[in-house]
This record gives sequence, C-alpha cells and structure tokens, in this order.
Amino acid sequence: MKKIEAIIRKTKFEEVKEALLSSDIDWFEYHDVHGIGQSRQERIYRGVQYSTDVIERVAIAIVCRDIFLEPTVNVILRVAHTGEIGDGRIFISDVIDTYSIRTGENGDTVLRDKK
Amino acid sequence: MNEVGLSLDTVWMLLAAMLVFWMQPGFALCEAGFTRSKNTANILMKNFVDFMFGSLLYWFVGFGFMFGSDGAGFIGMPNWGNLNFYKGDLPVEGFLIFETVFCATSATIVSGAMAERTKFSMYLVYSAVISLFIYPIEGHWTWGGGWLCNDAADSFMMTTFGSVFHDFAGSAIVHSVGGVLALIGALALGPRVGKYGADRKSRAIPGHNLAMSALGVFILWLGWFGFNPGSQLAASGEVNRIAISHVFLTTNLAAAAGGVATMFLTYIKYGKPSLSLTLNGVLAGLVGITAGCDLVSPLGAVIIGLVCGVVLVYAIEFIDHKLHIDDPVGASSVHGVCGILGTLMTGLLSTSSGAFYGHGWGFFFAECFGVLVIDLWAAACGVALFYGIKKMHGLRVDKRIEEEGLDVYEHGEMCYN
Repeated sequence: MKKIEAIIRKTKFEEVKEALLSSDIDWFEYHDVHGIGQSRQERIYRGVQYSTDVIERVAIAIVCRDIFLEPTVNVILRVAHTGEIGDGRIFISDVIDTYSIRTGENGDTVLRDKK
Repeated sequence: MNEVGLSLDTVWMLLAAMLVFWMQPGFALCEAGFTRSKNTANILMKNFVDFMFGSLLYWFVGFGFMFGSDGAGFIGMPNWGNLNFYKGDLPVEGFLIFETVFCATSATIVSGAMAERTKFSMYLVYSAVISLFIYPIEGHWTWGGGWLCNDAADSFMMTTFGSVFHDFAGSAIVHSVGGVLALIGALALGPRVGKYGADRKSRAIPGHNLAMSALGVFILWLGWFGFNPGSQLAASGEVNRIAISHVFLTTNLAAAAGGVATMFLTYIKYGKPSLSLTLNGVLAGLVGITAGCDLVSPLGAVIIGLVCGVVLVYAIEFIDHKLHIDDPVGASSVHGVCGILGTLMTGLLSTSSGAFYGHGWGFFFAECFGVLVIDLWAAACGVALFYGIKKMHGLRVDKRIEEEGLDVYEHGEMCYN
C-alpha cells in the first residue's frame, strides 16, 4: 500500500476530485494548507506594491493499493497541471498496514477494488 | 417672497439636509471597508459619535459661534440652545439642521485617517472640539458673514483683493478643514504597527471589504447632490431653479472626471486600474468642485475633476512614501489636498470672476488667502488638540490592543462573529 500526498492549486481541486472519483479512488482526504514558496503574485494596494508570499493550496491524501499507485499519480499529474510555477508536488510513502474499523479486517484488501 | 416659493425653498433645503445626512453612512462604509475587520465596530462607532455629538453641540453652542452676531467678524455669540437670534427668510430650525449636517461632515472626515489605533475616549474629545469650536469659528468667518466674506466696500477683503472669499458648499470650509485635521491627527498618532518596515518602506495593509467602500462612495456621490445644490438654499424662481440644476451638473461631471482621471493614471502608473484609488478619485472630484460648483462652467467642472483625480494619486503617494504619515483611507489627500486645490481653481475657472476668463487675479488671491487662513486655523487647532491630548493622556492604544483589534478591547463587541 502507498500513501500519495499531493499539494495542488485550489483552482484545480474540483477537476482533480472528479478525475480521482472517476478513476479507482473511492475515498481521499483533503485540507486547505498555507505555504511559503516561489509562486508569488505582485499586487498593488493604494499605490503600494506588495507580494503575496503566503500561498494557499489544497493538500490531498490518498491511500491506495500498490497497483493503483501509478494510474492515480498520473491522473493528478495530468489534471492538476498548468505549466506555471506553483502547480504543486506529489509525495509517495509506504503504508505498513490498514484496518477497517467496522469489520476489524486488515491488509490491503480493506481498500476497495472497484475493478 | 411669496408663501409657496418660501415653502418650496424650505422643502428643498430639508431634502438636501437629508441627502447630506446620508453622507454619514457613506463615510462610515467607505472607512470601514478600507480598514481591517478587527476594527470595524470601532470605526462605525466613531462615525456615529461624530454625528451625535455634532447634532447636540452644534445646536447648543456651535450654531451661535457660527451665525451669532458679533463686532469684528471673528466669532459669533454662543446661543446656548436659543435659536431666536437668527433672522432669515428660511425657518431657523430647518436652517439649523442643514448647517448641522455640514458640521458633522467636517467632523467625520478625520475618523478614517486616525483609524485602527486611536483611543476611543480621546476620539470623543476630538469630535466634541471640532463641532463645538474649530468648525463653527472658521464657519463664522465665511458663511456666518464674518471677515472673509464681508463685502462692504471698506472691508479688509474688498480693500485688499477687491473680492471676498467664495466657497459655495465648503471645499475649504468643510473638507479642507477636516482633511488638515486628519493629516495632523494621523501625524500625531504615528503609523499603524507594521505599516512601515525597518527600511522605512511603506507596506500595504489592504482593507477588508472593498464592496463596502464602493457602496460608501456611491452613497457619498448621491449625498453630494444635497451637499452642493442644497447650498443654494433656495429652489423657487427662475434664478434658483437654473442655479441648482447647474450645480447638479457640475457636481456630477467633476465626480466622474475625478474617477476617470484616477482610473487611467493608476492604469498607466501601476499597470492595472486600482479600484481603491478610483473610489478616492471620485471623492477627490467631488471635494474639488464643491467650492466653485456654482461659478464654473461644465467644462470647468471637468477640468477641476481631472486635476483633482491626478493630484490625488501623487498626494497619497507623497504623504505615504515621503512624509511617512499613515492615512489608511486617504482622507488627508482627498479632503485636504483636493479641498484646497478645488478652492484655488475656483479663482481661476469662475466664469464670472476667474483669472482664466480675463477677470484679473484679485479673486484668485482672495481664494488663496481664504484657504491659507482657514487651514492655518485648522492646523493650529489640530496641533494644539492632538499634541495636547498626546502629552496629557496619550492618543494611541497599547500595541497589544492594536494587534488584537480595537473592537474587542475598546468596545467588547466585534463587527463579525
């Protein structure tokens, strides 16, 4: 099992959500995150220039079976892409085990396989 | 004058008073939008205080200081709530209301410049002093029939300039006085925490709701249709109906021209048209036209609006970047700088007496002199008042209160929950 964490643009969240649901992911969590990075927007307020160095993004976390890792990553890479600085990052890590609280089962069969 | 005509004049004056009263929520919304959400209840409260104090104090004493009888033309007799001294065609109680809303307008200009860091208790002192004293006295010099508007052949103004000072609805008398006090108040307070970096460079502190500010400015624009045309104080008869219509047009044209000038200037200067500055630009045009709205042609009004809209942007930059005075809403530039500018331009662009129309420079110099005297008075009072308070009691809230917001600490109520 793998955990995929992706930080994406807020504006891309809806598209990524639809794409993930229509592929093989039936559950993921997400939260709003603030970060500091290279993507800056110059703004002017009443004649004073300032840059918005606090960047608002959405972080998505998905745990999936190994066979779904590549297609899922590819979905995110394709849909969340604009080509401009600030498109985000994807992090992948191993997950040792998982339990279903309702049934008490463990192992990667707990994660649904729509296929 | 016939009965119906007088009634018509009275109704017009009272209607105009309603419109000028409506400028109070305009100012309140404009200022609230340009500042941060943690100080919104505080700034709304200040706008209420200005009108409440103004109404009571101007009725009780200020009206007498401004319109009461006197010898030398410098200060009227305080009336102590007695209105019988006033002799005019219009009913005195209606006239008092009309003058009250002007006094309160002058008072409420300052709250925006001193926003987000002033002790509320000390603002109460300021608000009382302007309605009680600062505004009525310079008002007496002019609209009260005092020395700046004394047109007797042997008066000071006539013998020196050959003309009296003219400020139809108060570019100088109302707006520049508020603007000068705003500048001195903001200077005495010092900038908000975080406004200037260690390198003294100005930082942006964006306001929390430009929709609020935009609505406020539209309301002010509407209110100005009472402020300027109402100052004719009459509507009946051919002369008056033409005059108020003319003032309506010049007022509107100057507002539009001011906004347009600012919009295009910011477009060129910053690459994008700035809404927050364009809102100020509309007000700059309105403030500028107020002195000469009866005397200039429609084209003259457009010129005044354009000049005010351009100068406004540079005035805001100069006060912020060079003087390092933190005026969150631009009150000192809009009302101070453009109030002065509009009054001076009346001396140039008046079709009946202006220098550009071949009537000589006497009227222009009379305008310069009047503005100088009125604003020196405002500045002197401002320095004494704000630095006096600062020395005796402190003008500014503690840093911790400023960081958390005045709403919580000064009022115990937040605007947004």
